[in-house]
This record gives sequence, C-alpha cells and structure tokens, in this order.
Amino acid sequence: MNLLEVRNLRKSYGALKVTDDLDLSVEEGELHAIIGPNGAGKSTLIAQLSGQATSDGGSVRFDGTEMMGRPMHRRVRVGMSRSFQITSILPGFTALENVASAVQARSGSSFRFFSPVAEERDLNDQALAALDRVGIADRAFFNAGSLSHGEKRQLELAIALATRPRLLLLDEPLAGTSGAEADRLIQVMRGLKGDVTLVLIEHDMDAVFALADRVSVLVYGRIIATGTPDRIRDDPQVRAAYLGEEEGT
Amino acid sequence: MRLIPTRAWAATILFTAFAVLPFLAVALDDSYLVVIASRILCYAIAALALDLILGYGGMVSFGHAAYLGIGAYAVAILSRAGITDLGLHMLAAIAAAAVFALVTGAISLRTRGIYFIMITLAFAQMAYFFFVSLSAYGGDDGVTLNARSTLFGQTILEDDTALYYAVLVLLIGLYLLAVAITRSRFGRVLTGARENPVRMQAIGFSPFRYQLTAFVISGCMTAIAGVMLANQTSYVSPAFMNWHRSGELVVMVVFGGIGNLLGAVAGATIALLLEEWLAVLTKHWPLLFGLILVLVVLYSRDGLSGLFRRRR
Ligand SMILES: Nc1ncnc2c1ncn2[C@@H]1O[C@H](COP(=O)(O)OP(=O)(O)OP(=O)(O)O)[C@@H](O)[C@H]1O
Ligand SMILES: [Mg+2]
Repeated sequence: MNLLEVRNLRKSYGALKVTDDLDLSVEEGELHAIIGPNGAGKSTLIAQLSGQATSDGGSVRFDGTEMMGRPMHRRVRVGMSRSFQITSILPGFTALENVASAVQARSGSSFRFFSPVAEERDLNDQALAALDRVGIADRAFFNAGSLSHGEKRQLELAIALATRPRLLLLDEPLAGTSGAEADRLIQVMRGLKGDVTLVLIEHDMDAVFALADRVSVLVYGRIIATGTPDRIRDDPQVRAAYLGEEEGT
Repeated sequence: MRLIPTRAWAATILFTAFAVLPFLAVALDDSYLVVIASRILCYAIAALALDLILGYGGMVSFGHAAYLGIGAYAVAILSRAGITDLGLHMLAAIAAAAVFALVTGAISLRTRGIYFIMITLAFAQMAYFFFVSLSAYGGDDGVTLNARSTLFGQTILEDDTALYYAVLVLLIGLYLLAVAITRSRFGRVLTGARENPVRMQAIGFSPFRYQLTAFVISGCMTAIAGVMLANQTSYVSPAFMNWHRSGELVVMVVFGGIGNLLGAVAGATIALLLEEWLAVLTKHWPLLFGLILVLVVLYSRDGLSGLFRRRR
C-alpha cells in the first residue's frame, strides 16, 4: 500500500513553476530517494508535503487522508515529519532540550504551567536515546547553537526522529557533514529502513544508490523517472538530464 | 568558583530587603518611603508580567499600560457601585483584562516585529481614549477614590504599611508563579516559539495558542498591578494607560535585563528610584535617565542583572 500519494501537485513563484503537476507514490516501509539538479524544486516539494508551504493545487494523501490545507504542526501529529536542508534548531536550548521538546509535543498536553519540565525523566530519557542514536549523546548538555555544523545536522535528524514519524521527509541530511558524521547518519537511515518510511533528498549519489529502494528524478518541478537505483542509473533520459555530469564515475 | 548568588538567593535577598523596608522607614521617621516603595512594587508586578511575554515569548507589547488602567478602573467603577472588596476588584480586573488581552492579542499575534509593537500600542490608545470619553468617571481628569479596597470587610488597607505588605505578598506570589511558568512545559514551548517558530511547528506545536495564552496571563497580572496602584494613589485617570507609561514598562524590563524575571523587579525598582532622585537634582532629569539607560544597554546587553553575572 502507498503511505504517501501525491497527485497533480502544483506551486508557482510568479511565472516560475516550481512544482509542475507532480505525481509521486511512496510505498509503506520503503526508502524513496528524490534526486535532481540544484533548483529543481526538491526543497519546495518537501515544504509542500510537510505543510510548511501552501500549494496552488493538487492532492497530498497520507495513509489515505487528504492533507491539503492542514498546517505543518497537524501533519506532524499524524506522523509526517521533516528535516530542513538549512539547519533549523533552537540555538538557545541545549541539544537535549531541542530533542525533548519534540518528545514533549507528542506526549501529553503542554498546557502545564507549574511542574518543571526539565525534571521530566521520560522526556529526557527518550531525548537522550535519540541523541545517542545519531551519535551526539556526549553533546546533550551543550547549547545547540554552539555545536559544530556537522553536529547540528545530526541534531536535526535526532529532533525529527523524536517526533516518532511514520513518514520522514529528509532534505539533504548529509549536506555539510564530515566523512565520519555522514557515515553515522547513513547508518542511522539504514537502521530506520522498514520501521519508518523515508523520503530522502540527497546530492550524495553514493549514499542514495546504497540506501534507496526506489529513486525518483525531479527536474524542473516534474518527476521524469522513478525506479530501482539500477534502472535509474541506466535510464538514458535521466543520464541526459541529470547524471550526465557524473558519467565518468 | 561562583561569586554570583543563584537566582533563588538573589530573590530571597531582594524580597527580604523589601520586607524589612517599613522598619527602616519607621527608624528614619520617613513615612514617604513606604509610599514610594508601594508604587515601586506595583510597577515591579507590571514589569514582571511584561517580561514574561517580552523576554520569554519575544512579544514586545507597547500597550501594557492599558492593563494597568483596566485594573485601576475596575476599582473605581466597582467602588462607586458600592462594591469595595479587594477580591472582587481583582476578579473584575482579571476578567476584563483577560477579555481585552484575548481579543487584542488574537489580532496582534497575526503580526510580527515592529507591526506587533504598533498594533499593541494602537489598542492601548483605543482603551485610553475610551476612558477619556467616559465622562461618568471624570473623562480626562479621572476620579478620586474615597476609600481603598476592603479586605474581608475590613478597611485595613487604609494603612500605608498594610497596603505595602499586601502588594509585596502579591509580587512574591506572582514572581514565584512566573518562575514556575517559565520552567514548565508551557514555558518551554513559549521560549521555543521565540527562538524558532518554524522549528516548533515542525515538531508539532502551533505557537499561536501558547503565545496568546501567555499574552492573556501577562495582561491579567498587569491588571492586578493596576488594582494595587489605584489603591496606592487613591486616584484613577486615563493617564494610567498613557503610551508613555507603556514605554516606561518596556524601559524597566530592558533596564533589568530582558528575560530575567528578577531583573524586571530590579529594573522597576531602580528606574523609579532614579526618577525620584534625578527629579530632585534637576528638572532635566529625563535627559540623565536616558543617558544612564543608554550606558546600561551598551555595556550590558542583559541589563543590570548582566552586570552581576559571572563572565564566561
Ligand atoms: N520563496 C521563494 N520565492 C521565490 N522563488 C523561490 C522560493 N523558494 C524557492 N524558489 C525558487 O524555486 C526553485 C526551486 O527551489 P528549491 O529550493 O525547491 O530547489 P532545490 O531542488 O531544493 O535546490 P537545491 O538542490 O539547491 O537545494 C529555485 O529556482 C528557487 O530559486
Ligand atoms: Mg533544496
């Protein structure tokens, strides 16, 4: 069954059609990579799917339910979570508090005014587990703003994981990470496969072809091909439009 | 080594100093001291309330004097109707402030930054002109209160020292409440929404509901300050909600250090004391006051409380 079903999705910025009648189906449990050149509209697509940006038209069905018109926070609550290409954290909070906030959002009411949230063991334990999973548990009590760029990328993923998504939309999670950090994140994504349905946008082709069950190629707001990594690698249309520059590798 | 007392210690010291102040006034035979200190405590409550949304919520309300006025007029209007009980005055003030904050906050929170500042100011000006046109209550001139609010049927608050302690008890209670709120689940969402609203949405929070709730809590707390201030001055006029006064509240918060509840109390204290002292020195005191404010802000981004903080 398809967990995510996108039909005729559209969005324009002025005369620029950034998402042009786009169709996309993501099966439950798969890791579906979306690749495409700079400016193809990948981040815009994530923004539309997550509800951060409005769409001009079309349909986004998650687990059979229409999501169009729902704001981002309500999509998160039914299990659609996303990470940002440009790191988006709470810089004045500790790493632990960043993740604990995400745990808090799905565990009970936040209209509680009297008991200190920092002492809620359950929130902190789950947050620490998420930090540990991405490999920065030792940074738990550091201010998020003071972490290195790569550590912030890891934190970004930990926050998204802490929302306990059924569908995780990852916008270039490896961008700007060091080799070791990237390896760790790839390992985490591999570990998620099967449990969480993943839509992965990534420029790192080695990572994409190693991880993905299926790959879609997005060019000028349209998906020009979808298939297994091997099929996509050999597709002449894709090579012409996108992979041509990597012919030699 | 920590040279700096923790916040709890600083609070204990500050509030103890306020608690023993009336004894000092007796020793010095200076009854005016208690009067000015009562005024300071009323403003401290208002500054505390404003800091809750300004410092923690990132909402710069430039119309908070409206709530002082709402609290003050609750006293004036109920007293004239023969209702003198402080508890009822408080209830009416809080209810009226909650409604005003809910309506104006819901509209103001659709904007950000300078527009939020301007729209809160505009709403406060509307309240101001509403009371100016209220001729039954003296219009522009306001009304003099014949008596202070009563407590359990007793006229005990007529005594300046009793009133002083009543305000002090309220201040301490509201301070503890505000500290608890900032450390709670609610406080975390409020602060997170200031830091990065999109991030909060992306983990499942709608900042608006939390911001509006904080705005209402802050308005209600400020109305409590207004009730006590009306009792302290025994006089209520639209000047309570003048935009100058909204500005003064912002200055107190900045002075004490934004997002530092005890700083707001200290900021109100020092701003009003400076005003008293400088006014004695020269009639150009606002100039001196402005200079001091500039220096504090330039040299310590955390206001006065920053001057006492350990350097890292
Ligand atoms: N808010 C906006 N207003 C106007 N144009 C925009 C806006 N956001 C994106 N665009 C344009 O839409 C196009 C797609 O941008 P988008 O960020 O979705 O691309 P992308 O595929 O994520 O690229 P990259 O690989 O560089 O991250 C670009 O041409 C971009 O300039
Ligand atoms: Mg992008």
